[in-house]
Amino acid sequence: MNKKEYSEYVSKTAPKSKHLSTMFAAFWVGGLICCIGQSIFDTIQALLPLVPDDDIWAITTLVMIFLGSTLTALGVYDKIGRYAGGGSIIPITGFANSVTSPAMEYKREGIIFGLMSKMFVIAGPIIVSGIAASVAVGICYYIVSLF
Amino acid sequence: MALEIFLRYLQVFAVGGGICMLGQILINTTKMTSARILVIFLLLGVVLEAFGLFDAVADFGMAGVKIPICGFGSSLVKGVITAVMEDDIMGAFAGGMKSVSVGITAAIFFSFIYALIFSPHSKKV
Repeated sequence: MNKKEYSEYVSKTAPKSKHLSTMFAAFWVGGLICCIGQSIFDTIQALLPLVPDDDIWAITTLVMIFLGSTLTALGVYDKIGRYAGGGSIIPITGFANSVTSPAMEYKREGIIFGLMSKMFVIAGPIIVSGIAASVAVGICYYIVSLF
Repeated sequence: MALEIFLRYLQVFAVGGGICMLGQILINTTKMTSARILVIFLLLGVVLEAFGLFDAVADFGMAGVKIPICGFGSSLVKGVITAVMEDDIMGAFAGGMKSVSVGITAAIFFSFIYALIFSPHSKKV
């Protein structure tokens, strides 16, 4: 049995029933996290009616990241993640989790070379690709606006 | 009134849940790691915002598209475009971080404090 045959054999015999149930879990947990975000937005908007929407979204993001980090620190978010998969990764709370989790994990390698530098093991690619793409868009936008 | 609010949240739930389910399908079928999934959805937000489509999507989905990581990509690009209109080419470098500074700073600050206080919990597989 060569490598290809073996991987075909594995994918044939591995359980497939998980596909639908993980999709369902991701759907309702992800939807619920977004609804929590919307309720935070609505509450702040009701309390501070004069603040522009973009600033309220910034406060909402701040609160969601605080919640994500706190739940990660308490070990709750990992449990949610094991159940919900993509439902816990894709919301902004998942971004907070991807920073807090390695920071805690690598603390044993020291504060500076562990905690501080390994903090971005997962979030680094996100920030780098986001900033690179946004600068590219900005330059394109500038060139287009010249004409 | 109550029905209106219910429908609004149903919309948020459906759109946000749909995006997360899409991510889960990607995870199931391609076995991608979470960093790759996050980058893909971030770039989706970047592309939508760059073509001016994100606001239309956000009007319908509200927090359903703002809370997923696409919202992060969109606000990066939105900041860049606003800054380019105000101070030309320098805006391409100054605008992005300005608009996501709250998110990144919050993530770094809370993570730093929590990592100093808490130790990782044992992972049962």
